[in-house]
Amino acid sequence: MNKYLLYPGCSMDSSAKAYMESLNSIVEPLDLHLEEIEDWNCCGATEYLGINLIPAYSLIARNLALATKQMNGTRTVVAPCSACYLNLAKADYYMQERPTLGAKVNEALAAGGLEYKAGTLDVRHLIDILVYDVGLEAIRSKVVRPLSGLKVVPYMGCMLPRPDYQHRWSDHEHPTELDDLLRALGADVIDYPLTTECCGGHMTQIGPESAFELIRRLISDASERSAHMMVTVCPMCQMNIDAYQNETNHFFGTNYHMPVLFFTQLMGLAFGKEPGKLGIGLELVSSRNALANLGIEVPVTQEPAAPRKKDEGLPMPRRWTKHEGRKEEMK
Amino acid sequence: MPQMTDERVRAGMNREEDLSLLHEVSMKTAGVSHLEMCIQCGTCGGSCPVAEDMDHTPRMLFAMLRAGIREEVLRSNTPWLCVSCYHCVVRCPQEVHIADVMYTLKGMAIHAKLYTDSTAPHFSQTFVGMVETFGRGYELGLATRHYLRHFPLRLPGMMPMGFGMITKGRMAIIPKKIKHIDQLTKILNRAKQLELTS
Repeated sequence: MNKYLLYPGCSMDSSAKAYMESLNSIVEPLDLHLEEIEDWNCCGATEYLGINLIPAYSLIARNLALATKQMNGTRTVVAPCSACYLNLAKADYYMQERPTLGAKVNEALAAGGLEYKAGTLDVRHLIDILVYDVGLEAIRSKVVRPLSGLKVVPYMGCMLPRPDYQHRWSDHEHPTELDDLLRALGADVIDYPLTTECCGGHMTQIGPESAFELIRRLISDASERSAHMMVTVCPMCQMNIDAYQNETNHFFGTNYHMPVLFFTQLMGLAFGKEPGKLGIGLELVSSRNALANLGIEVPVTQEPAAPRKKDEGLPMPRRWTKHEGRKEEMK
Repeated sequence: MPQMTDERVRAGMNREEDLSLLHEVSMKTAGVSHLEMCIQCGTCGGSCPVAEDMDHTPRMLFAMLRAGIREEVLRSNTPWLCVSCYHCVVRCPQEVHIADVMYTLKGMAIHAKLYTDSTAPHFSQTFVGMVETFGRGYELGLATRHYLRHFPLRLPGMMPMGFGMITKGRMAIIPKKIKHIDQLTKILNRAKQLELTS
């Protein structure tokens, strides 16, 4: 049995609930034992780092310190979320690279009766564990329902293969881990050069016009390549492409329908699990039609309506695109 | 301080460069920033997915840091647009920790109250407020507060999405709180004191 410490991260029981549900259903066939770090806290995402340095790294390091208490037989922390993975891995790395940072973080941790010696733990992402520890052979051997006929684009996202201080990935810009894994499930994997381009991250919240353009690039390219769906390894990517696809469509006057699922959901399907047990149907851009290519029936879920009807009737300002610029038009 | 070399004297540069801003930013950045090593090649801006929306490309910003024009740097929207995708970081021939430098500049702009658009700083602060209160993120609270304050006009268009997220159980109504929030508070308070003294 392979034992690991699990740092789920906040999104796993909210926006990325489907990721957690599907992960739970594949640990047993793969003989993985994931032990949750007790009383873990938020990693601060990309927000805390932009305010204060020592508090941000202390917030992250509390999780590492708690994890060392549960090390019994393993020193590997698994994070399914790319941002959590990056923050935990980066804190561990920078505390070694800049010993003064490590010392200050430990001084702060001491106020809560904790300490963390940088380098004690190995921080790794879930897909890293699956591809390199469990292995593609073992995964292939569990496939009872090959996903042949399902055209997928593998979308790794940006924070997973970069900056990669621990040299874990096959490439920084075109890593193939996700492609290989999806191929092992029997899916028709389409080459996707944008695989590590950014989904916009928190820009959907603070600068939507920038974010919509990044989302548009991803879904339009996936759509031009006739993909049935995108497959991701990151809750933030899934959230942006799925939940903001409607707004993006509205912004550009486009009509994309590109479902995006977590790779664990496809693993569950290939392992013969029921869609309902894998959080399928929780996505806002329904994967129902895409999965029909596999002959898999997904219960109907209602998609959110478009924000506004077509601009017919009363004369309304013409729809604008980012490059035409709304500001000029309004002047 | 750099030495006054013969070349510099011949070039008529008889004034010493003031690199204090550059060093300040570099020292405040996590890890070893390598900021002083920037050779102004522009790979960062060329790799940046949001460069077109930035006031200054990262390369320009680093030149401005070297030139010591503090206020203009801290007023730039560049750090706030950085999406932390690390494309520039892995391509930088000098291994400058560009994304982390951007975090440092955001922090400095907040402390100096020099940012021009408050949307991003407020979002970060609201997010951090939630994390400090609960120990976990709280998306519904964050989204509601943030959108009401900064994007009230976006709200009607977002209702279907929010409704979908809530009915599918992807956005909790009630925040989750960690057990030992008092321990986290102690750690963060101490960390904030250390930040001030460093």
